[in-house]
Amino acid sequence: MIRFENVGLRYGMGAEVLRDLSFQIAPKSFQFLTGPSGAGKSTLLRLLCLSLKPTRGLITVFDRDVVTLPKEDLPSLRRRVGVVFQDFRLLDHLTTFENVALPLRVLGREESSYRADVIELLKWVGLGDRVQALPPILSGGEKQRAAIARALIGQPEILLADEPTGNVDPPLAKRLLRLFVELNRLGTSVVIATHDIGLMNQFDARRLVLHEGRLSIYE
Amino acid sequence: MSDRAIKGPGLFSRMIGAILPSRRSRSGTPVSAPIVPAQSIAGKSLMIVIAIMSFLACLTLGAVTLVRDASLGWQADIVREITIQVRPVDDIDTNAEAQKAATIAASMPGVAQARVLEDWENAKLLEPWLGSGLDVSDLPIPHLIVVELADPDAVDLIALASRLDKEVKGASLDDHRNWTDRLKTMANATVIIGVSILGLVFVATVLSVVFATRGAMASNRDIVSVLHYVGAEANFIAREFQRHFLFLGLKGGLLGASGAAVLFAVLSFFIGRSIATPEGDQVSALFGRFAIGPTGYLGALVIALLIGVMTAITSRLTVYRHLASIE
Repeated sequence: MIRFENVGLRYGMGAEVLRDLSFQIAPKSFQFLTGPSGAGKSTLLRLLCLSLKPTRGLITVFDRDVVTLPKEDLPSLRRRVGVVFQDFRLLDHLTTFENVALPLRVLGREESSYRADVIELLKWVGLGDRVQALPPILSGGEKQRAAIARALIGQPEILLADEPTGNVDPPLAKRLLRLFVELNRLGTSVVIATHDIGLMNQFDARRLVLHEGRLSIYE
Repeated sequence: MSDRAIKGPGLFSRMIGAILPSRRSRSGTPVSAPIVPAQSIAGKSLMIVIAIMSFLACLTLGAVTLVRDASLGWQADIVREITIQVRPVDDIDTNAEAQKAATIAASMPGVAQARVLEDWENAKLLEPWLGSGLDVSDLPIPHLIVVELADPDAVDLIALASRLDKEVKGASLDDHRNWTDRLKTMANATVIIGVSILGLVFVATVLSVVFATRGAMASNRDIVSVLHYVGAEANFIAREFQRHFLFLGLKGGLLGASGAAVLFAVLSFFIGRSIATPEGDQVSALFGRFAIGPTGYLGALVIALLIGVMTAITSRLTVYRHLASIE
């Protein structure tokens, strides 16, 4: 699904922030991406969601070489990758329903064609009663679940989540993890970037550990 | 903040909405809220900047139109009149020579009429220098014949000058050409200066609108990023912003242009009313009725539309630049 071979990345003329990364993310797999702050987790996530191109090495996403990929083909590939940001990135002037429906709306679909699906997903993440609420009145956990729902509505083949439990209390973190595990059982590959050891200990999964730009993998 | 309250669009929005593509679905039911929020502080500031710049550009355009029309009016008036001067010559009846000159002038094609100025008219012309109650018959002053032209292009001034030279003693023709040429040069220079100022104001308008649009776009960078990450095509994102900023630009541009048009209409009305007063006469002598005419109003409308389009294009380019920076 996603393959890295000897990937290196530097910003401008600076030192490499990622060095010789080689790994694969298989279909229907579950992995944690971890490491200390500044190790390069966010940069690696940006490479995974096609927001950055490597300065060396090969990255293939859905069998397409990222470096040689034409710009116009990027949006269609990006739709196959769902991203949950640490800061949620919900649009404050849109309701929860509208935020979650955004990936379908940008495809030019009529609201009537996806309304039922969005409502069903919102119920699944526990936001059935917050459909018309605007993000500023949602709690941190609700925002996080809305962001997860938005990442899932397009039925992506892989979900990338950046510190999804960073802003929530432990019981909610546990619930969110259950949500990701459930999603993985339904067939979506999941990559969770976190430095929360407690969270990782709750679920036995592959760990990608970044340290000073180098990656160690613990199966 | 609470759940979204339904708020109806304003009058202007409804008017523009009749022209721009509708945000309603074919079935008539309202669709989701616009991705780019219609109301924002940055948007309001941008609209005010656009309205002010559009007002200034339209005022400059009006002023240039006014000067150009006035200079054309002056030239037309002067070209329609020439003067024959008959100087007193010893042992010659100047009155008879003046009548002869008037007859010759009147016989030329393109001349409407030729009239010898009466003594009292000559006295009135000299009054500022020699005072009133003057008996000009005692003075050796030239006789003046005012020749009004029906068609300035049809009159052969060279032939007229040559006939006068041969047939009338002491006659000379003044076709005001020197003065007209100087006036024309001055009027043309004024129009060129006006057009240059209009160009500068327009460049300033473009730059202000570009910078203000970029500023307003800065507050929308998050929206661009989110749309980008959820897989929106660059064209889709650009279109969403372009529609929003075209609306904003048109609103601001039309507001400014309407302000300028109203100002000109009001000035024209008041100057038209004061036309019989000395001050009004002075203004109307220089600028006619102070009316910018349909061309001026059309120009203002074109400026407003141009500013709207420019705002939309700037927002589109800013979206592409931002997308390039995050890709």
